[in-house]
Amino acid sequence: MFLKNALRAATALTLVSAAAAQAQTITIATVNNGDMIRMQGYTDQFTEQTGIEVEWVTLEENVLRQRVTTDITTKGGQFDIMTIGMYETPIWGANGWLVPLDDLSAEYDVDDILPAMRNGLSHDGTLYAAPFYGESSMVMYRTDLMEAAGLEMPQAPTWEFIREAAAAMDDPENDINGICLRGKAGWGEGGAFITVTGNSFGARWFDENWTAQFDQPEWSEALNFYVNLMNDYGPEGYATNGFNENLSLFQQGKCGMWIDATVAASFVTNPDDSTVADHVGFALAPNKDGVEKRANWLWAWALAIPAGTQQEDAAKQFIEWATSKDYIELVAENEGWANVPPGARTSLYETPEYQEVPFAQMTLDSINAADPTDPTVDPVPYVGIQFVAIPEFAGIATLVSQEFSAAYAGQQSIEEALEKAQAITTEEMEAAGY
Amino acid sequence: MATQHSRSAARLMMAPAVVLLLGWMLVPLIMTLYFSFRNYFPLRPDRVPGWAGFDNYVRFFTSSAFWPSVQTTLVIVGGVLVITVVLGILLAMLLDQPMWGQGVVRILVIAPFFVMPTVSALVWKNMFMDPVNGLLAHLWRFFGAEPVSWLSEVPTASIVMIVSWQWLPFATLILLTAIQSLDSEQLEAAAMDGAPKLKQFWYIILPHLSRAITIVILIQTIFLLSIFAEIFVTTGGAFGTRTLTYLIFQRVLESQNVGLGSAGGVYAIILANIVAIFLMRIVGKNLDA
Amino acid sequence: MARAVTPQRKLVNTGVAWAVGLLIFFPILWTILTSFKTEAQAINDPPLFLFFDWTLENYTIVQERSNYMRFLWNSVIIAGGSTILGILIAVPAAWSMAFVPSRRTKDILLWMLSTKMLPAVGVLYPIYLLFIQLGLLDSRAGLVVVLMLINLPIIVWMLYTYFREIPGEILEAARMDGAELRQEILYILTPMAIPGIASTLLLNFILAWNEAFWTLNLTAVDAAPLTAFIASYSSPEGLFFAKLSAASTMAIAPILILGWFSQKQLVRGLTFGAVK
Repeated sequence: MFLKNALRAATALTLVSAAAAQAQTITIATVNNGDMIRMQGYTDQFTEQTGIEVEWVTLEENVLRQRVTTDITTKGGQFDIMTIGMYETPIWGANGWLVPLDDLSAEYDVDDILPAMRNGLSHDGTLYAAPFYGESSMVMYRTDLMEAAGLEMPQAPTWEFIREAAAAMDDPENDINGICLRGKAGWGEGGAFITVTGNSFGARWFDENWTAQFDQPEWSEALNFYVNLMNDYGPEGYATNGFNENLSLFQQGKCGMWIDATVAASFVTNPDDSTVADHVGFALAPNKDGVEKRANWLWAWALAIPAGTQQEDAAKQFIEWATSKDYIELVAENEGWANVPPGARTSLYETPEYQEVPFAQMTLDSINAADPTDPTVDPVPYVGIQFVAIPEFAGIATLVSQEFSAAYAGQQSIEEALEKAQAITTEEMEAAGY
Repeated sequence: MATQHSRSAARLMMAPAVVLLLGWMLVPLIMTLYFSFRNYFPLRPDRVPGWAGFDNYVRFFTSSAFWPSVQTTLVIVGGVLVITVVLGILLAMLLDQPMWGQGVVRILVIAPFFVMPTVSALVWKNMFMDPVNGLLAHLWRFFGAEPVSWLSEVPTASIVMIVSWQWLPFATLILLTAIQSLDSEQLEAAAMDGAPKLKQFWYIILPHLSRAITIVILIQTIFLLSIFAEIFVTTGGAFGTRTLTYLIFQRVLESQNVGLGSAGGVYAIILANIVAIFLMRIVGKNLDA
Repeated sequence: MARAVTPQRKLVNTGVAWAVGLLIFFPILWTILTSFKTEAQAINDPPLFLFFDWTLENYTIVQERSNYMRFLWNSVIIAGGSTILGILIAVPAAWSMAFVPSRRTKDILLWMLSTKMLPAVGVLYPIYLLFIQLGLLDSRAGLVVVLMLINLPIIVWMLYTYFREIPGEILEAARMDGAELRQEILYILTPMAIPGIASTLLLNFILAWNEAFWTLNLTAVDAAPLTAFIASYSSPEGLFFAKLSAASTMAIAPILILGWFSQKQLVRGLTFGAVK
């Protein structure tokens, strides 16, 4: 152990002296979402201002997660900034793997970050990652189809109303599905959606003793409702539809309603990509009548600095730049207010120009309606709404959502899927020592 | 013909390759074995790592996912082997016939072999098998049929298809070279004797190809046992497409339980060796000069 | 095996073979075509084959987003380096196995092949930790070594089967003339084995080029090859078929072109001793 530490210290020393000699370069691992790609385009401006060069490693979400997790757990030191989510941040922060962001400059105005986001990206009150953009989920619906059906979407619909509206708008002859929802396996895809749906029926992953709860009636009710709704009014093959598949269906006018991430609002209202841009309305995510929790999640893609990087200062400078008010203004100037990274800062929602964006208020309301510390009706021992912030969750939830997807595809019954989910979760939690 | 001198020289020349491969095999193998007896949770530094005894082995073996994953592995490997060998023989016989533009056709046929597995999985999944915008869905709708959502309704068959597409060129090429070496006089003599085509095929062509077929099976099995990208990209292991390799991936990287995954790795090595011994039995005979 | 057939028969053969060939090639063709469409045209219903406004915009976007040449160069270095290194190590081993066989030769050969059956993902953490200790993460040298080791068994085996086809008498004759071992390899065997070495080289270059687990997990910036390049084009947001097609075309084009130009060499040595 001593030898290892000595070696590490020696390497650190040589690296420090080497770094001082040359121009600074930071390496950033990021996800290939539109907002991130856009940020890469503006990196030159950052380099001009600070003289710090930026190298990008842009990867698809699943590959990125695998790549950065391997690197942080082994202290590989390949990246100076990692793009991570609200799931990883508190876990890694608690392990001491991330540099605390507690000394950001005054003009950065850390108090401007939306409280929900700040809480979700902190551990014990210390911020470990700065949100680049944040989201909740909400109902997006076709105003023209609703009108034709003679219905009016309330601000805060119930699942019963959603079913009614889906039945009214469903029109197979014209290739219109009443509703499109995620069914794709994966904890961040269909797993996230069915978890929040569960919340809105009063279901939970674990009780306070970490016992799996899939044998409880709330889960059965939630899953049955979802499957019936989708079998009746959903698109063919919804068991493989994730965010992107549904986005493309909605943009092509093939969905009456779609309940998904608030960031999708800017894509479905963009006339360049969407054939229904002028006919989209928004509402809060639904709940079961009488259940106080709604089916909306909370997520942020955030920038964090792995502990042990030699470029801590440069990395902080970049994070301050990329998640600043100035950056938002920069994007607004060049691409319009509808395209700025949403959901991160209070001041954005106080900007008069942004308030005119049709989905701005509903996004804010949805984010504010989500509380990661109190996700469902009954008390739970975990933090997180569409996930459970423990290291084992990603693995468990992926397996569980694969069983659910198999039920959506009709390969097994809902009861079988729930039984397997209960068995898998119990087995895995036991293996993990809970 | 070998003298003592050349023997020791031969050993010396073999040494680098043998030592390197021994190292490449032993270092990871020993590490895998070591980790498989440990509790090792990279994301849980709060849990002191310790010896787990045979816990990981028992847990992996008794987990409900184990036997289905072995079965899926064998189905995928077997399915691809059958398809590539059968179609490979047919294709090789076709390409052996006199025709115009043989060179170009051969180029067209071998092209899939040059495509990265990731790319081919992405292209198949999105541009062909997507139930809404995929080309196959368009084709189905054109004929008035309901589009199939391939990757959820027939997931294993779809993966077998994608992988077969990638490996068919390899099988075809080896079988083609073998067919071309077939003595045409023998065939002509058989034809003169009035032997029907099927008999010619069964008694002359197929025996001649047996050696090439074993080679194809051996090489492809080695690669197919560890296919990963095709599953990662298309189904992520859902709908019963979880192979043993994929199950290990889920343990190690998704569940971050390196001990359990390593135990799975040891099982995979055992399975590979069972398959290998089985293959060597057949191939070994055929490989004898 | 040229046989006399009627022109009608030849016509039928040609027709069937071309149809099958085009069917097999079609996914690649479709990818290339799609890469010249706009995103909207890429999902047009009915699908557009040739009559659309050909555009290069996808290639421009891909080039702006990522430095293609750097990925390409890394792929070339890694695939080339590992192949050449592998051949250098494998030639002596294959030579001795082919010409000075012992009782254990075949066992060694089969054992070598069996090392390829270790599931890579199981040893990701060990290898990653090892690479950290050795300072090899994100270095081309590290990947050259790993890919060389992965493909070494195949290289040894291909060369072995090829060497075995060289008649032993020639060597005997050379030895009679007093040729030394070194000369024997250099002047007699190597020239005879060049076609075999060439196709071994090609096959392993292709295999190394397409390897997507280690090349993705052990690299970040400096050593990232085309497999990492392609990992950022399956977009989670919005339409991406055309851009994915452009990136795919860029990733496979070099190896496709190389393969086509050298397919004769490749085919000649790809027999693995299957032809006698």
